[in-house]
Amino acid sequence: MATLETKGMFDVFTRSGSENRITHYCAGCGHGIIHKLLSEAYVDLGLQDRTVIVNPIGCAVFGYYYWDVGGVSAGHGQAPSMATAISRLKDKAVVISYQGDGDLAAIGLGHTLQAAARGEHMAVFFVNNSIYGMTGGQMAPTTLIGQKTTTSPFGRNPATDGMPLHMAELINQLDLPVYIERVSVADTKRIMKARQAIRKALEIQRDRKGYTFVEILSPCPTSMRGTPLDAANFVIEKLEKEYPLGCLRDRTAEAEVRPEPATWVNLAKFFGDDGSEDPKCEAAEDKERRFKFTGFGGQGILSLGLVVADAARAMGLETTWLPSYGPEQRGGDAACTVVTSTRTIGAPAVENPEMLVVMNQAACAKHLKTVKPGGLALVDSTVVLPAELPKDVRIVQIPAIEIAMANGVPKAANVAILGGLIALDALSIPAHLLIEALERSFAKKPALIETNRKVLQAAMDYCRHHGLTGELP
Amino acid sequence: MTKFVKGNEAVVIGALYAGAEGYFGYPITPASEVAHKAAEYFPATGRIFVQGESEDAVAYMLYGAAAAGCKALTATSGPGFSLMQEAISYMAATDIPTVIVDVMRAGPGLGNVYPEQADYNQVVKGGGHGSYRCIVLAPGNVQEMCDLTMLAFEKAFEYRTPAIVLSDGQLGQMMEPLRLPKAEMGPIDTTAWATQGTAETRRNLLTSIYLDAPAQERMNVKLQRKYAKMDKAFQMAECYLCDDADVVLMAYGSSSRNARTVVDTLRAEGVKVGLFRPITLSPFPIDALRPLAKKRLFTVEMSAGQFRDDVVLHLAREGLLPAEGVGLINRMGGMLIPVQDIIRAVKGAL
Repeated sequence: MATLETKGMFDVFTRSGSENRITHYCAGCGHGIIHKLLSEAYVDLGLQDRTVIVNPIGCAVFGYYYWDVGGVSAGHGQAPSMATAISRLKDKAVVISYQGDGDLAAIGLGHTLQAAARGEHMAVFFVNNSIYGMTGGQMAPTTLIGQKTTTSPFGRNPATDGMPLHMAELINQLDLPVYIERVSVADTKRIMKARQAIRKALEIQRDRKGYTFVEILSPCPTSMRGTPLDAANFVIEKLEKEYPLGCLRDRTAEAEVRPEPATWVNLAKFFGDDGSEDPKCEAAEDKERRFKFTGFGGQGILSLGLVVADAARAMGLETTWLPSYGPEQRGGDAACTVVTSTRTIGAPAVENPEMLVVMNQAACAKHLKTVKPGGLALVDSTVVLPAELPKDVRIVQIPAIEIAMANGVPKAANVAILGGLIALDALSIPAHLLIEALERSFAKKPALIETNRKVLQAAMDYCRHHGLTGELP
Repeated sequence: MTKFVKGNEAVVIGALYAGAEGYFGYPITPASEVAHKAAEYFPATGRIFVQGESEDAVAYMLYGAAAAGCKALTATSGPGFSLMQEAISYMAATDIPTVIVDVMRAGPGLGNVYPEQADYNQVVKGGGHGSYRCIVLAPGNVQEMCDLTMLAFEKAFEYRTPAIVLSDGQLGQMMEPLRLPKAEMGPIDTTAWATQGTAETRRNLLTSIYLDAPAQERMNVKLQRKYAKMDKAFQMAECYLCDDADVVLMAYGSSSRNARTVVDTLRAEGVKVGLFRPITLSPFPIDALRPLAKKRLFTVEMSAGQFRDDVVLHLAREGLLPAEGVGLINRMGGMLIPVQDIIRAVKGAL
């Protein structure tokens, strides 16, 4: 009989290792009917080649034995995550997430809701039989109050097991799903209605209109230890009372068609790579310099280090910049280290800097003692130096914060410090490279360059007036 | 051209040049800048960026992307990587490629966001369920964060297996000049196995379930053969001043940077010390280590000795384990290893 012909399915289920058409489903199970409705729909709509079904964990884990379309096995509850990626990356594919109630509503509830909330282009078919079938009839989120299962042997008790989850209604709380309907496959009349819903969901996928959710109430005679007829009656008399059939949403008419994917951009063009090579510093001997910048968050400590690092890089030196990060960057201490070298740099962290910048009291207590003998510490004048100073360390104080304030840019105290470093020739980097690096750092805010240059100049002038130079006094 | 970037940004640049089509991310310090930059660069260059709802969801998005034969990646840190293990096991079992970057932080538990290297076992040894392991590459600088991300894609697709770039908080957060790659990698033809919603891939099936025990065993044997082939053909290590060394420090990632400073410092004093830096942690670069087995060996690492124990295992397998064993110079909890501590340990051994 031609009506028994199953479109879109394999003639022989060789993927199951068999040479016939006997399925792994139990007698009276709804999955077989739903499988047929689905395969018939993708064939009739001309979508067979374009269809990818993400097979779930659960009774339908072997859906690919039957469906002659692209197939992939999901982890438990993760079919929507996988379908998301496939659909995003292969926008012409018709992606189906076919799931049972343990998979979709228990372990995968979060992923189900998130994919729906994102409005992913996928058709979700949710087979609700109120039970974990594959693993042996355990209680599912959809199990009815009083229903006996292997993990609710005295019946589901709301006091300890909670209440049933209504998935179609939950999905209906979200903005982006296009079509939500609950159907049943308990008898012929209902199957014909389910057939329409499944086709509609696939039409929406064909037309690239968005997320669809079809919940299908389905009998499981094995778990309820009844006949196929008992199970079908249970669906009609019990399940449908808890989970009323009907269309909860149809926004097909107003749903927008998915835009075509963007075209790729050439990366060299995107990054402005003109193929040029950076200069290489040709030094006669190896020289490595290790700097540390300290203060508190908001003083521009990290960006000061970045300017120095950028200038060193422009000089052709190997350069590393390492910030303190994590909670510290939000209001607490801030510190970064810069290492410049004529050869490959080892540790980017600096334990004993030869040049230390200190911009607040706490940093002074923590870091001043670490400066290497023969080194330099440039300290803001607001910091009170400790009674005991490190030996053989030149300590210079300049009113960086004050200079910045006097020039109307309190945030530019770090720039005043840079002026001090230039005046003291503390970095072995030519002044013009540091100034250019400073200007580069304001590339996105060119209006600020002028005022910052003023602060820089004021700090350099201050140092000159006070005889602060690279020469030791 | 060079760009002065964080290691975390270099990862994204490497992925773009490798031809990655999608980034699936979930924030976690100290890896978040990877997601930040991917959110900026991927859409701007015509690619896909999705912020998932959790690390396990993101790992399954990678599995979906891989099933579609697409290059995709994510980045995470220890707690997130733990959550991804199930999907990684699925991908390894299904013979499909992906790239994950682990920017290690201190653990166990919630830990803190400072660098540690105690994800070694969970990353290098498989970590999830079943007898599988991934390709694991260990960058030692910002340039390698980019270059090894590209290589990870190349090798993941060559061997059809997940590849992990194992870095740490310091490498992710530090900035160094990055030479941009000269060329973009082209697309790879995956139509023979991927499921892409096309006529030619319609019969492709990606699964890892074998209800029949002998079939499951055959699948396991096939996987192990793949790893053996990989072990033979793909080992990378850097030996820095090892030839005449009396003491060889063994370190990867950020620890290798401190060890290198120690080598330079001690060499200036005439002490013969070298650095063995594995770049592939899986496959383990035993070929490069073999000639060094008679020297005094120390690992320098930010873990309780996970890397040291692996070195011991690989040397023992070769019958090369030194009588005095392999020394361990380590810190934990997000503490970097002070250069002076390493110097003291080396001098103590001489």
